[in-house]
Amino acid sequence: MKYNQPDSYGHFNQFGGKYVPETLIPAISELEKLYVAEKSNPEFISTLKKLLKHYSGRPTPLYFAERISNDLGFNVFLKREDLNHTGAHKINNALGQILLAKKMGKTRIIAETGAGMHGVATATVSAQFGLKCVIYMGEEDIRRQKLNVFRMNLLGAEVRSVSSGSKTLKDATNEAIRDWVTNVENTYYLIGSVVGPHPYPMMVRDFQSIIGTETKQQFREIKKSTSILPDFVIACVGGGSNAIGMFYPFINDKVKLIGVEAGGHGVNTDKHAATMTKGELGILHGSASFLLQTKDGQIKLPHSISAGLDYPGVGPEHSLLKSINRANYFSVTDDEAVLAFQWLSKKEGILPALESSHALAYLKQKNNGIKPNQNVIICLSGRGDKDVHTIADYLGTEI
Amino acid sequence: MNRISDIFKTKSEKVIPFLTAGYPTLNDTVDMVLSAEKAGADMIEIGMPFSDPLADGPIIQKASQIAIENGVNIKWILETVYKIRTYSEIPIVLMGYINPIIKYGLKKFLTECNSSGVDGLIIPDLPPEEATEFIEKCKINKISPILLVAPNTENKRIKYISHLAGDLIYCVSILGITGSKSSKNNNLEKYLQRVKIYSECPFVVGFGISTRNDVRSINKISDGAVIGSAIINKFNKNESPQETVFNYIKELRGNE
Repeated sequence: MKYNQPDSYGHFNQFGGKYVPETLIPAISELEKLYVAEKSNPEFISTLKKLLKHYSGRPTPLYFAERISNDLGFNVFLKREDLNHTGAHKINNALGQILLAKKMGKTRIIAETGAGMHGVATATVSAQFGLKCVIYMGEEDIRRQKLNVFRMNLLGAEVRSVSSGSKTLKDATNEAIRDWVTNVENTYYLIGSVVGPHPYPMMVRDFQSIIGTETKQQFREIKKSTSILPDFVIACVGGGSNAIGMFYPFINDKVKLIGVEAGGHGVNTDKHAATMTKGELGILHGSASFLLQTKDGQIKLPHSISAGLDYPGVGPEHSLLKSINRANYFSVTDDEAVLAFQWLSKKEGILPALESSHALAYLKQKNNGIKPNQNVIICLSGRGDKDVHTIADYLGTEI
Repeated sequence: MNRISDIFKTKSEKVIPFLTAGYPTLNDTVDMVLSAEKAGADMIEIGMPFSDPLADGPIIQKASQIAIENGVNIKWILETVYKIRTYSEIPIVLMGYINPIIKYGLKKFLTECNSSGVDGLIIPDLPPEEATEFIEKCKINKISPILLVAPNTENKRIKYISHLAGDLIYCVSILGITGSKSSKNNNLEKYLQRVKIYSECPFVVGFGISTRNDVRSINKISDGAVIGSAIINKFNKNESPQETVFNYIKELRGNE
């Protein structure tokens, strides 16, 4: 049976939905209606296409990483989302949503950010379209992602520090939702991942699907075949937007889909963000999905060296793909991610984001199921410049 | 029929305090509820703390966090309501977010609400679109599902929501979170008049209510006023939380 999710209520089987206060119902209903109309509107499609090409620089290359392939004994291709304008896949979604915000007549854009890449993408498109922009960011993330905070300021956005809870992405999202409830009449909430209430998980997936669509075509061009498929497609998963964007166009194909989440200090410690490995069904930030929670249903504080993966939930569609065994999810630790970061930097001359380094680290794991000479595609979701301070701290180096 | 439908049969001014369960300490909740009743409260709303309360402002967020640290969970709250029932028949509604309830088990939770003496439930992150099973199971257990409406809820949706709820609905007075300033212009009055026309059941109003004047003007149109963050703001070193609740409710009722 062909995959067709979510249903018209925004449910991915038992996951997804719209668990939001009544105040937000008119806003998400309006957005859903508009999005469903616009996504098949030729004018909207061509405007977005032009922006992706001329503003963001798409298509991004699919690069055969020969030296790491030689190390590993199988063929590794990197989908270079790090080469997008602003340095990560986040811009694909930000451009799509800003067009909708403009159509809705909103004058103010808000967003949450973890590593700051979505914040930078949102600040960028807000500047481009002349809209006021407020970014919510956890105090801890502001500390470890100073560079991105300054970038957002340069782009004219106001960055609001959030000091509740774990002071990371979860709390920034809470605060963004509180702002949205308060200013819903003039404000558009530009969610950065495949999370939140319907239609966000579906809409963000659709905007990010360009990653997988391009990849499939580029892989066939490289292989000079119109039907060949890779054996594996691998991406890191925090909320899961780059992963869904990469997976979705392959969902009806015979391709193994692997999501790699943040194992932090190890999934058997209390310091990790391995939602798929350790989470249970719950409801947070507007949708039902796997969630790290206590026996009383309170949300646990996650941990990851990578701010973009430091989130206790995950997009509902990933929970679905896991529950129907269409995708498999594994975790790698902080240590493994940093090693992968250094490995790619030295072997290929590419500094990957710490988030994307998790996907790379999976290649080095024993029993990863990849056979010699198989073809593996990694979504290199972002660039690592933003992480050099974190890596320096980790290595005990002063810069 | 439960205690809620009973009290809203009579048209009198209603004052409804919101108290976070287990805050400031576990020992305060039963006595605070009884003090509130003695001071003239008509119904009590007990907050079930959640780690990520996204409809709440900083005051209730902080109280929730302390309550969780004090060890409050659903089991404790239901036992506490059961204890209160030894002394009091005041209507009690629980307000809380859906995740801890799902974790506890919806069916088990509602059965135990019934056996502990809970009369109604307010779940701010469960709009009607996701509430079908919840409403059905509430009704089986004689619990009133108190659905919410907001200033931007359209007339026909107000009618629909009140129809689903049956006994009582909760009007969020503002676009915003708890503890925000109430709207001072006549928008609030227009909105409440709209609810009065379209709601098929009684309605209470909450968010941003803190003075005797607020309570009086809101009760002119609605069936009750809920006071939450403002109570926590009144707590001080010179009196016990029970005394604060007693004095403040008296003040809000207008008979100091």
